[in-house]
Formats: sequence, C-alpha cells, structure tokens
Amino acid sequence: MTAIDTAVRFERAERRDVPPAPRLRVRGLDVGFRVDGAVRRIVSGVDLDLAPGECVAIVGESGSGKSVTARSLVGLTGRGAVVEAEELSLHGRDVRRFRSRDWRRVRGREVGFVLQDALVSLDPLRPVGAEIAEALRLHGVPRGERRARVLELLAAVGVPLPELRARQRPGALSGGLRQRALLASAIALDPDVIIADEPTTALDVTVQAQVLSLLEERKRRGASIVLISHDLSVVARLADRILVMRSGSVVEQGPSTDVLRNPVHDYTRALIAAVPSAATRGRALSPVAPPAAALGSSRPAPAAADAPVLRARGLVKRFVRPDGTETRAVDGVSFDLAPGETLGIVGESGSGKSTTAKLALGLEEPDAGTVEVLGEPWSPLPESRRRERRRLISVVDQDPLSSFDPRWNVERILVDALPEAERRDAARRRARVRELLELVGLPEAVLARFPLRLSGGQRQRVAIARALAPRPSVIVLDEAVSALDVTIQAQILDLLTALQRSSGVAYLFISHDLGVISHLSDRVLVMKDGVVVEEGTAESVFERPAHPYTRELVASIPDLPLAASAS
Amino acid sequence: MTRTSSSDAPVVAGAPAPAAARPSRLRSAGRLLAGRVVSAVVVLWGAATVAFFAQQLLPGDRATVILNIRTGRAQRRTPEELEPIIAQFGLDRSVLQQYLDFLRGLVVGDFGTSYQQFRPVTAILGEQLAATVTLSLVAIAISWVLMVVWVTLTAGRGPRVGAVGSGVDVVAAGLPHYWLGIILLLVFALGLRWFPVMGGTGPAGIVLPALTLAIPLAGFMAQATRTEFERALEQPFVVSARMRGMGDTAVRLRHVLRHAVLPAVTLSGWALGATLSGAVVVESIFSRPGIGSVLVTAVNSQDLPVVVGVVTLVAVVYVVANLAVDIAYTLIDPRVRLS
Repeated sequence: MTAIDTAVRFERAERRDVPPAPRLRVRGLDVGFRVDGAVRRIVSGVDLDLAPGECVAIVGESGSGKSVTARSLVGLTGRGAVVEAEELSLHGRDVRRFRSRDWRRVRGREVGFVLQDALVSLDPLRPVGAEIAEALRLHGVPRGERRARVLELLAAVGVPLPELRARQRPGALSGGLRQRALLASAIALDPDVIIADEPTTALDVTVQAQVLSLLEERKRRGASIVLISHDLSVVARLADRILVMRSGSVVEQGPSTDVLRNPVHDYTRALIAAVPSAATRGRALSPVAPPAAALGSSRPAPAAADAPVLRARGLVKRFVRPDGTETRAVDGVSFDLAPGETLGIVGESGSGKSTTAKLALGLEEPDAGTVEVLGEPWSPLPESRRRERRRLISVVDQDPLSSFDPRWNVERILVDALPEAERRDAARRRARVRELLELVGLPEAVLARFPLRLSGGQRQRVAIARALAPRPSVIVLDEAVSALDVTIQAQILDLLTALQRSSGVAYLFISHDLGVISHLSDRVLVMKDGVVVEEGTAESVFERPAHPYTRELVASIPDLPLAASAS
Repeated sequence: MTRTSSSDAPVVAGAPAPAAARPSRLRSAGRLLAGRVVSAVVVLWGAATVAFFAQQLLPGDRATVILNIRTGRAQRRTPEELEPIIAQFGLDRSVLQQYLDFLRGLVVGDFGTSYQQFRPVTAILGEQLAATVTLSLVAIAISWVLMVVWVTLTAGRGPRVGAVGSGVDVVAAGLPHYWLGIILLLVFALGLRWFPVMGGTGPAGIVLPALTLAIPLAGFMAQATRTEFERALEQPFVVSARMRGMGDTAVRLRHVLRHAVLPAVTLSGWALGATLSGAVVVESIFSRPGIGSVLVTAVNSQDLPVVVGVVTLVAVVYVVANLAVDIAYTLIDPRVRLS
C-alpha cells in the first residue's frame, strides 16, 4: 500500500510542475430531452475536467442527471436528446463535431464504459467471451488473436478458469464474475478513460470491494475514471474529486476529502449525514423529522425478562436444485427476538437470510426446527390454525410495488389490512386509516392514489402503514430500504426507529447492507451458506468480529472519511 | 443461545461441476426428443381417430354413398347392387373392427382407396401434398424476410416511424388472402406480365401465391416481434454494446434481433398450419395443384378416405413443425430448458 501511495504522490508532484492536458474537458454542458415539441432540461451547466490518472466521481440521487451527463460524454445520450456545451473535448479533440462514425471509433478504444449489474448489461443469450471478443472485433483485432486476448483479459480482471467462463452465459456466472467480465469487455482495448455508471450497485459488499479494487488498479496504471454513484462510501474510496449533482446541476465540487469532511452545500451535508453506519446509531439520519404521531410518547421499556415475541429453534430448510442435488438454504438457525428489539440478519445473496424470513413468517414450512410467536407454537402448524394469529407478525418487502395490487388505491390497501372488527365499523375504519397515515407521515390526499403513482419513499411508507395496521408484535423487514435513495432511506430508517420507540414493535431486519444493519440493529446474526456464523450485539459483531467471514465483511465496508461529527 | 451447526458440511451454492454440464445436456436433449415423439404419436392417433369416427357419424348408408359417388347419380340402390361394395370395403363388420383395420392401415402407410378416383389415397396425396408444403414453406420464408427487414428498419426509431411501421403491420395482417391474391394477380401477372397468370410448379409460378400467403403472415409476426424488439432495444446490454463502439444497425442485427424473434418463431409453427388452410384459397386463385383443391373436392363429394388422409397428414406436418420450433427456440435462447 505504501508503495502505491508513494507512486501516486510522485505522480501528483510531477503534475504540479506541468499540468497535463485533461483527457476530458467539459464546459457548460446542457442536456435536454425533446418531449412533445418542447425541450425539457435535465442537465445544466456542468463543468468537468479529467486529468490523466485521476478519478472524478459524480454523486447524486436518482433523477439528478448524473447518468445522462456520463452518457453525453460518449455521445449516447439517447433519443430526442439535445446536447449543448461551450466545450466538450476528448483528448484535445472537439467531440461536438463528431459524426456517428467518429464516435464509434472512440467508444471502446478511447473510452470504456461500465454499466451496473452485468446480468442485464451483458447480452444474456451470448457467452461472455463473445461479448468481450466483440469489442476486439469492432476495433479491428484480427480473428486469430481474439480468443487469446479474451482469455488474457478475463485473467487480468481476476476471473478464475477463464477458458470455462468465456463459454458461459452471464446467467451462469455469479454477480462478481459477471461484473468482472463486463469490466473486461470495457477495457478490452485498454482505453485511457473509463466511465463507470453505478458499477457496484446491486452487488454484495465483498464483491463490491473486489470491483472497486479492479478500478483502483486501472487507475494506478494511468487510466482516468469517471465514477457515477449514488453511494458516497463507494465514491470515497476511489475518487480524487467529487461533483455533487442535484436536479441537473452541480451543487458542489472539490477534492474528495474536502467535500466529504467539510461539505459546504446543505444538500451535500444531508447526503453525508444520511449514510447509516455504526457511528450513527440512535441518531436521526435525515434533517426531515419523522411525523409527530410516530414519535408518540416514550418507548415502553422492554424488560429484559420479557418473553421473546419470536423464537426460532434449529430451523432447517432444504431445496432440491434442478440437477437433483440437495442444498440447505437454512441450516440450524436459532434466534430470539425480544419485544421492542431489532434483530438484524445480515448476509450476502444466497446466504439464506430471506428464507429465514419466510420461515419466521410461516410462508415456508421448516424441514426441521420450530418457530414460536409470543410463546405459542407457530410453525410447523397447519395454516388454518395460524391464520387467526397472522396479525401478530407483519412484513415489509424490498419492492412494495409488487406487493400491492396495482388496481387498489392506498385506502383499499390499508383497509384490507385492518382487523375484521375495525374494517366493519365505518367510523373506526376511517379513524384508524387516518391514524396510520399520520404515523407514517403521509397526507390524506394519497388515499385515493394508486401505488404506481407514488414515489418510492411514499410506497415504502404505505407498506409500513399496512404492516402496522393489525398492530403486530413483530414486523419482518426484508431488504426494506435497499431500493431507496440514500436521503429517502434515511427518512424511512428514522421513521422505523421512531415507530419502534413509540409502539414497542420488534423488528426482524434483513439486509445485505452492513451500514443499515449496524445503524438500526440491537443484535445481529451474520449468515453464510445457510448457517449463522456469528451473533451478538451490533457493537461486538462490528467492532470485534470473531469469525473470519464477519471480519472479511466488516473489512469490505467502504469507509467514509468523515469529520468526527458531520453536521 | 445454542447454535446447532450440523456436522455435515453445508452444500455450497455455486456453479455445477463444469465437466458434467455437456453430457447431462445431451441426455436431457435425448429425453426431450423421446418425449416429443411419444406425444406426437398420441396427437396423430387422436387426429386419425376423430376423422374416422366423424365419417361414421355422417348420415346415409355408406355403401349407397360410395356407389352414388362412383356412378355420379344419386338414387336408391338394391341390396344386390350394394353387395360387392359392402364386401370390398368390409362394411358388414363391426365399427370396432373397421377402426382397428383403419389404424393398421395407417401404421403401414395405407390410407385406403379413394371412392371417386379408384386410386390409393397415398398416391393422390403424394402428388398434391408436395406442392402445397412447398408453397407453405416458401411463404413462411418470404414472410420472415419481409418481417425482419421491416421491423429492423422501423422499430425503435421514434414515434413517427414507429407509427408507420406498426400501422403497416396491422394493415398487412388484416389483408384477406382472396383479395390480396387477386390484386397481385391483376397487377403483376396480367398488368406488368412479370409472372405467369396460370400457376404451374416452376419457380416463377410460386412467387405470387407465396407472397399472397406471406404478406398477412409477415404483418402478424411483425406485430409480435416489434414489441419484443423495442423492449430489447431498451435493455442495458444494448447500451453496453454501443459503448464498445458498435453501430446502431449492427446492434439491431447482432443483439436485438435474436431476442426479438422468439415470439415469431413460436408463431411460425402455427403459421405452417395456417398457410396450409390458406393454401385452399390461394391455390384456386392461381390455379395451382395442391392439397387444398383435393380436400375441397373430397369434402364436397364425401370421398372420405381422402378427407381422413388429408387430416392425418396435416396433423403430421403440424407436429413436425412444432418440434422444429422447439429446437429452433433452444438454439436461439440456450437458457430455455424444455421440460
């Protein structure tokens, strides 16, 4: 590491003497889209310089215009786009005059572009080797050399067994291998500018760390990188400079340590404060206060002697794979969940955490082991005997949109979740629905709206209101904030904390995001391959991880080099 | 809290052993093929059985009908006249026995003798079926070419071009064969004299009849393909390919088309059957030989062995076509495992 640091410092020292010409130079970039004759402005006045060996990050939430900006840099903004700039040059050439043939020569050879999740960013019908070879073919590498180059490239991005992997289709590869193959196809011609648009979104944290180190290595070898991300912690690791975008404009930019440690703009401050971590436990993440109704009075202090509301013992769930072999998705999982407590289950995809949630909810029957709710048997039990007690345990999913009937409006969704007695009585029904809306901080106007017309944050609030409707003792939250922008995620996390304090509901909180887990959980289970490898208080698990896997996980959490107390 | 960790190592989810992948794929392909053949036999048996019992249910005495067809006169017959007919066709036996005889004949490829033409049905069908199947296959091939070119040119090119593209699809899909055939005949054969007016079996003679069948089919398939094409164009892998330096046309042909044609492949199996029945009209417009005219004559004159033979052979064609569709499907989308 020190050798690398020295090298970078050396390079910077050199740069001070003769500032190298930027590989990419953008001045006053405006991008709009033609909609019904009028031009709708999406990006305005973006300036950007990208020096050799430099990484510039563009950070912003969905709709901030960061992806549109990135695509404009390679002339693929999209249909109906109007791109104007005072200056837009690549390697000293004015690309505003480029015709499509000029662009084709530049893309892939001078600029490599990496998109998010390779499952959809690589053609799912073709072997990944063919996709990489295509980049070589387009830029004139003779047929005879391509195969060897493909294998070289796969090996260079750390794909084991390149000969085998080159023949496989993206669907047959794990998320990490896929993303490496995508990276290999982008750097096949060794471009000196790499644009990475959310390259680690939807990846597990250890895989994310691997992909970031690959990008880091390219940078060390002299490539310039434009990194687009909504995730400040990803950006912090790689970026030399950060541009913060909001509604199409850059609100703040500067060296990354300055932007992260001494943010000037309110929005940047809010973004940084919204990142959940162990350090933010018990603190509000969002400047937007949770609704007064949710704050309630005080937390009904859970006595330590309280019987657990949810108790799992030795849960086992087996699945038979298509090839006939048997796999244990959940293998001997036990836990207790006390009233008013949050138990976090963390693990990567395929670790069995969602299956554990389904067993707890009684949606899957365990092959062995038992679940008890409020001290009474819950699973295995015939569904008919479980049904009347279903109200005790609710669920909030990652994607509420697919868990709502799209033809039901919000009022119907909420009424449907009410207990029978309340549903029958019109006055009580109305009062309870209004109360639920107040709890989650939604205006009454949303009652008539349909889920499709709500924003992501509003949908998740409706999902939480629905989960609260039967006054449950436990809410199972399965990746409930994973699909949200960081500021919205902060609001929802604050809301969950407030609701728990006022109502004493217990959360079984499942996530792959260690930051969210460590922010919210009282106790944590770490799962891998269906087995609980470590458990304990959030503090002990994250500060003194005992199991090697937990240590690996904790080490791959990207750090935010923040000032001791942001804001 | 007690953590029960089982002693046997947890099965690590991951890629299956690579070496085992190929043989197991071959084996499953073999099993698939065997299953298809069995179901094909069941379909054919069903088609033949329905055809056989349908003819049993027709009104009138069979022997009288046969004799009337042969003589071309409709009149009552005396038992003496009917006796040789009954003996020749074994009509005095039980229905079950006749049915079993009929099935035995099918197995050895004997469809019986035409009442009208005094010739084996297989001979009649052999002459005519080839012409019709050729027409159908040529029509399907032409419709694929028309459809692929049209969709690739017009799909995903903005609202105006898209509206023209899908408008043409709808109009083409709605064209009736008899109208389209006559227009083509008037314009290209009678007017411009590019093609012969009277069919014939030569290559020039097949163009207009095949086009008559192909244009509505192309419109129909284009509707399904266009939707998929536009969906595929929006996929991130298309952006990835463009970012590698691929041109728009190349992306359309090398990536998008493969995703988009799957519904059209499925339709093609159905289309073969549809063009066989469409051929009845087209063959009569262009005076082509073919199964269509044979079937129409046979149905009109109650020449039942011929009808049964046509029905069974069409079922064979259908089954073969659908098997070909399944194979094509797995070639285009190797992720699909038929079960």
